[in-house]
Amino acid sequence: MSGKTGDERPAANSQPPPEAGLPAATGSRRPQAPVRRLSSRRRFLRSAFLIGGVLGLAMLGYVPVAGAHRTRLRPPGALEESDFLASCIKCGQCVQVCPVAAIRLDDIDSGFGVGVPWIDARAQACDFSCDAVQCVLACPTGSLTYRKPAAVLTRPGMPLARAPLLKAKAKDPEPTLNLPERMGIARLSRPDSCLAVQGKGFRGQARGADFRGRLRYVERDRWRPVAVRDHPYERDLCNLCVSECPIGDAITMLATVAADGRRQYQPQVLEQCVGCGVCEMICPVDPAAIVIAARQPWEG
Amino acid sequence: MSASERLRVMFGAAPQKPERITPAAQQVHQLKRMTKADFAALKQHAHDHQLVNHKWRNRRWAVLILVNLLFTFSFWLDIQMLEGSLTASRFVGFHLIDLNSALQVMLAHRHVIVNLFIGTATVFVLWVALGGRSFCSWVCPYHIVAEWFEWLHLKLAARKLVSDHEFHRGARSVLWFAFALLAVLSGYTVFETISPTGILSRALIYGPSLALGWVLLLLVFEVLYSRRAWCRYVCPIGLTYGMVGAISPLRVEYRLEHCFHEGDCRKVCLVPHVLDVVIKGRAAELKTPIGPDCTRCGLCVDVCPSGALVFDVKGLNRLL
Repeated sequence: MSGKTGDERPAANSQPPPEAGLPAATGSRRPQAPVRRLSSRRRFLRSAFLIGGVLGLAMLGYVPVAGAHRTRLRPPGALEESDFLASCIKCGQCVQVCPVAAIRLDDIDSGFGVGVPWIDARAQACDFSCDAVQCVLACPTGSLTYRKPAAVLTRPGMPLARAPLLKAKAKDPEPTLNLPERMGIARLSRPDSCLAVQGKGFRGQARGADFRGRLRYVERDRWRPVAVRDHPYERDLCNLCVSECPIGDAITMLATVAADGRRQYQPQVLEQCVGCGVCEMICPVDPAAIVIAARQPWEG
Repeated sequence: MSASERLRVMFGAAPQKPERITPAAQQVHQLKRMTKADFAALKQHAHDHQLVNHKWRNRRWAVLILVNLLFTFSFWLDIQMLEGSLTASRFVGFHLIDLNSALQVMLAHRHVIVNLFIGTATVFVLWVALGGRSFCSWVCPYHIVAEWFEWLHLKLAARKLVSDHEFHRGARSVLWFAFALLAVLSGYTVFETISPTGILSRALIYGPSLALGWVLLLLVFEVLYSRRAWCRYVCPIGLTYGMVGAISPLRVEYRLEHCFHEGDCRKVCLVPHVLDVVIKGRAAELKTPIGPDCTRCGLCVDVCPSGALVFDVKGLNRLL
């Protein structure tokens, strides 16, 4: 529309078409005015600071990683820590599929670990109530995997001697869990506070009335995990870590007879322990007598 | 502007005046010069009758909010439509993986599994079709938040309480290479640590985090010191999608004949260097596609009083 109206009446005071037919002025470079030069130098410096600042702040993420001030328990099937942080795309799909909501995402105070999944076993352990290790299936980058690529590191003591037997699947034709490596290893780190060591039993809610953690009790519901507080115990000798362990042959109650003839008990972690953390979650004393040494190998 | 020059501008080069202007375009430029009084009257007329219109902005905000809510509700209500977050997700089972996050992971980990490849390829094809940086303005949650804070910046700037400090746009290209290099050298996805896109997306889905403090800091920086600094001068995600957008048929097109050269479009634009062509005398042709750095946000389309900027799909007219 503008073109058409322009045709009708050429303006009287218009200059003669100056460079009709000529190409437009090319970007001929005049020397910059001093003010322009100063402002462009300032802009350059500012930009250099911006680049340095952004890179510096991003690299600050290395500090918590290098310090390793937290040894997080990673979900089952996780690669070794440095490979895990490299390959995790921080999407949280593992969080979404976990039936007991054991997996949570780390925050920025973990530096490069921001958005990376971990498990606080004491609050909610992985009890394998999904049977198939759903988080591994959900992972789009292979950070959690059934089968490690040959190139990535495998530490001695991390692979399991044989496929772990899932007690809940004991009657299934395929009773094992597809998990070639352990997440960590359970350790009776406070034997003095262990009720079994003291020869005591346990009655009531394992973790009190306010505890929100859930666990699969196969005899109650094969598929739906139940709140631990809704499943009170009555044991003459506390053996919750042994009875609730979801894995076969991972922990046993060692009974010995002392010199004075009294029977003594102590839970003993076996090589098949995958480090899922159910024992740590269910341990009724506070702090837990048995805890997971995250990402630690079996040392025999 | 040639396609290669549009690319150079995206990486940080200053737009240049055209070497050659087609005769048709020259004629339009001349007509506009010769009829100055008429031109001014027309301009006034167009202005008086301008419909204040937020069509594209409203559509875009609706899409952006819906996409992000779909992520959130897929998890909260367990409807499993769009599982994951913006860095990687599954849309009714199909893997989708953010291109920049994929790049960081591939460079840091140097092992690409099938799902990662499939998801990345899907998203690549998707954004080639949808315009590359349209990811920024139509999906990225930081974009909309920054847009709201930009309004505050402009208010304060109008009262001369703050002023916009520009950076060299090449900074983003430097940072893109630096983050790629850091991923290779350190073996960590360094950029993800500070990516407000990832942080916000995860916060919307999995709940608030301390990391939001960093996002707030960025917003304060943008309000007080430099308008839209993150999206303009820093974010490598934008450049990654910009490169995809370079081959996308979906773009905004500039039509010289309709333009009054008022520059309203450049005032609202996140990336005004792509609109260099609207400056009087710059357009080399009657129709010019806007460069790949354009986020296809449509603010210029909304603000133009005379319809000189329109959404266009390359080759669609010929097809129809």
